[in-house]
Amino acid sequence: MMGTPTTALRAPRAMAAAPLPGVGSGWIGAALLALSVLAVLGPFAWILTASFKYQIAIYSGEWPFTPTWSNYAEVLFGRRSDFLGNVVNSLIVASASTALVLIVGALAAYSLQRFRWPAWVTAAFLGWTLVFHMIPVMTLIGPWYVAFRELGLYDTRLALILTHVTINLPMTVWLMRAFFREVPREIEEAAVVDGCRPFQAFYRVALPLVVPGLIASGILAFIFSWNEFPVALSLTSRDLATVPVAIARFAQQYEIQHSQMAAASIIATIPALILMALGQRFIVRGLTLGAVK
Amino acid sequence: MTSVDFLNRTFRHWSLLPAVVLFVLLTIYPVANLFRMSVSTIEFTSGGEIWTFAPLTNLALLRADEVVRPAVINTLLFVVVAVAFEMMLGLALAILVAGVAHGKGLVRTVMILPILVPPVAIGSMWKLLYNYDFGIFNQALTALGLPPANWLGSTSLALWSVVVVDVWHWVPFVFLILLAAVEGLPVEALEAARVDGATRWQLFSWVMLPLLRPALVVALVFRTILAFKVFDEVYLLTSGGPGTSTELVSLHLYKVFFDQNQLGYGALLSLALIAAIVAFLLVGGRTLQAART
Repeated sequence: MMGTPTTALRAPRAMAAAPLPGVGSGWIGAALLALSVLAVLGPFAWILTASFKYQIAIYSGEWPFTPTWSNYAEVLFGRRSDFLGNVVNSLIVASASTALVLIVGALAAYSLQRFRWPAWVTAAFLGWTLVFHMIPVMTLIGPWYVAFRELGLYDTRLALILTHVTINLPMTVWLMRAFFREVPREIEEAAVVDGCRPFQAFYRVALPLVVPGLIASGILAFIFSWNEFPVALSLTSRDLATVPVAIARFAQQYEIQHSQMAAASIIATIPALILMALGQRFIVRGLTLGAVK
Repeated sequence: MTSVDFLNRTFRHWSLLPAVVLFVLLTIYPVANLFRMSVSTIEFTSGGEIWTFAPLTNLALLRADEVVRPAVINTLLFVVVAVAFEMMLGLALAILVAGVAHGKGLVRTVMILPILVPPVAIGSMWKLLYNYDFGIFNQALTALGLPPANWLGSTSLALWSVVVVDVWHWVPFVFLILLAAVEGLPVEALEAARVDGATRWQLFSWVMLPLLRPALVVALVFRTILAFKVFDEVYLLTSGGPGTSTELVSLHLYKVFFDQNQLGYGALLSLALIAAIVAFLLVGGRTLQAART
């Protein structure tokens, strides 16, 4: 263990050294690391190239190939394709359900964190969110289907929005509760002493302090709604299908259009990429702002 | 008294109300409705729904259903094998990356990707990778002079092909949870063991593993719960086939509800599934608590 004294000397930060000596250092570690990054990115790269190939080039496996935009054009603007409509549906459902779940979730989290509810109320609410989060959503799709048909809400965006809000509510409440816990009670108490009413104390004092939490929860809720498949598959018909449902249809056609399926999958991935790029920065900025103040 | 005044005076009560209403209408009522559905047969006619009280019909359907058994066995196999591999690979990767000097940020960003991409897109991606005629695996086998494999079409291989996709999808998640834990390991404890002459294996099994136990338990619980719910990728890849070789509980439930239109029998299956999960949570929770002390 010749490395021990030197690492100890130049280790002002915790864990500057490898937790297991020798693991991760040297070229074997670097090679394994590169391999795992490649294992994650490889399938994406393959599908990306497939989305720029003509169907015939996928079959022949020719390399190098002449790239073409035709798959994307066909998927988005083709006469027989509804994909653009599916994208619009997904955007509407994901945006509306995210906005709603943030309002409902932030209010509930603040309420549970700040007001003295009887212990059983808090326990019952949080306990039920946990249990509901663990039950496969598939078990509730049957009753949802029956209820929405009774109400005439089957195959409406409203039904999808409401179910997506419900699915994302447990996560939002738990996240926002953690963020509200960080807000010092004294700030709100000072505001109330200065004549602030309870709702204003929430809206004007506490809420601006948890914007990083709202952004983090909002990003996750949007992505989960955009990705959600079984509910959208069961509660919508052709016109109101979302992007995942459309992709599944590609895969189930009698003659699968592989190149178009690849292009549609790439398009479906774009929102996650954008939000990830934006979100990482927002979360970091929110945290540093809080540290400065 | 203005309406704003009213809002403020009653804020404590209505702040929790939207979330409670949503949960009652969209989770508690549907679960209650499952009981009513499970003893009925439900038909949709032009006039509306027709409910008939017929508890024995659904029990007879359960007794005659030959898919339930393989679906339960496949689901258990799937969960145990996939989660075991995810835990091992995720831990190995976390230890490896914790010891690397450069490129940690890049690895972290890359690893977030599979978690955020729509599961349906991952399913369609791997459907292409597994394709018999032009998929990358069979191209590789052919290049090596080996016969191509029917990854998704053979009864002996299909379930394991699906497990591979799940492992690819979720190792990054386990990795991200465990990386934070490995980086937070106390340097002094590891250092002390090293000075006392512990070998690398002793260091790993006697010092690191016990210290990592809380994080390992969190990752294990999360993954087990999510693995039980798996639906999207399998629906895309095999839809349960060939035969019943990749039939999983959630897939079968979907088919009962929407392919066979047996809403009553589906409700009975749903209740059984919820009961099984609650029992698992009770037993598992007790075991976890015993393991922690």
